[in-house]
Amino acid sequence: MTPPESKAARILYCHCAYAKVVPEETKQKVLRELNASGVSFDAVADLCEMSARKDPALQRLASGGETKIAACFPRAVEWLFHAAGAPLAKAGVEVLNMREDSAEDVLQALLGETANKTSEAKS
Amino acid sequence: MTKRLDAKRLRIVLYEGEGSTAIEDEQRLSTMTALLEDGHQVTRSGSNGTVATADTSDHLFLGQFDELPTASKAVEGGEIRFADIAGKDSAAIQELVRSQVQEANAEQPGEWKPWFPVIDYSRCTNCMQCLSFCLFGVYGVDDASQIAVDNEDNCKTNCPACSRVCPEAAILFPKYKSGPINGDVVREEDLQRESMKVDISALLGGDIYSALRTRSKDARERFSTERDESKALLERKRCLKKLQKDLDIPDEVLMTLPSAGDIEERARRAREKAEKRKARSRTMQDQKKVTTEEDWGI
Repeated sequence: MTPPESKAARILYCHCAYAKVVPEETKQKVLRELNASGVSFDAVADLCEMSARKDPALQRLASGGETKIAACFPRAVEWLFHAAGAPLAKAGVEVLNMREDSAEDVLQALLGETANKTSEAKS
Repeated sequence: MTKRLDAKRLRIVLYEGEGSTAIEDEQRLSTMTALLEDGHQVTRSGSNGTVATADTSDHLFLGQFDELPTASKAVEGGEIRFADIAGKDSAAIQELVRSQVQEANAEQPGEWKPWFPVIDYSRCTNCMQCLSFCLFGVYGVDDASQIAVDNEDNCKTNCPACSRVCPEAAILFPKYKSGPINGDVVREEDLQRESMKVDISALLGGDIYSALRTRSKDARERFSTERDESKALLERKRCLKKLQKDLDIPDEVLMTLPSAGDIEERARRAREKAEKRKARSRTMQDQKKVTTEEDWGI
């Protein structure tokens, strides 16, 4: 998977609601800043649960061009979508790992300039 | 069977467009967090950016509407509902959504911890070790005789044992604590560690099940000669403890181990099934044989 180049990529946020594997403070900060940014985005409770249930909504979330996904390890996200019969496109999809990366890094990749502006406005 | 979605789910949209008052940052965040914790899918329609396109799902628009619109049908066929959240806190909004879900006969999510294996097919060599190893019938084969996860629900929560025996580290449990099982990049040392684990089971006597059988037989023999029940039990416990430690198997899974006979029978049935499918696909390929110029008499 290669990262999307356009700034207008769709954003998908996974809350990993059924396990405590993503640091709580990272999730909270990413969700807070996304909410404050004014950007439209899709949020799901738990991609694992949707994959296990073969939720048809994954088709909707996987299709439609460039996408940035804030979730966990890219390999896990890629095969979760595949397992649900909704494979992600090989190009134009960037998975950001909230399990390992800092909220700041994830937000920078999601929002770019907007992330800087939101932080500046707060300070 | 897998808990596939039978009932529809509502897509919830936090609406702040025309005909509504913008939601305060704090209220939007607490509402979204509460709904996500409840297992819902939520779309935030902001002033810029795009979201996933509408499909046939039913939609529930939550907003501070100047005038509450009436429910209608979307172009794609799903129903569109509206609910006013003005003056409501996140708990009240959670309740409101629950009642809307009920009213729409939609699925109430969040009743199952999603613990199941996910196969990384870029690494999987179709060796079927996982199928033979899994005690609970999670794995099967698809029409192309490829290993597949058939029964996610049968998987025992927090048991990653099948991924431990996978020689290619191709089985993921995204909610596992450590890599590469959690989906982290597979490193050379991980592969060595995984193969060491297989070797450990081989050292125990061919495979862990035969090891269990042998040890249990030895224990029985010892019991019959020595009449020492506690010694035999101790031996079994020692063997199970080693297995548990090597493969990170939770206690409750060990408590439900099927008999060796059951395991062999299941592996035999799976092999038979795979062979039948292979034979069927061979027959279908023969039937689909492309007509050659010779067949046409050219």
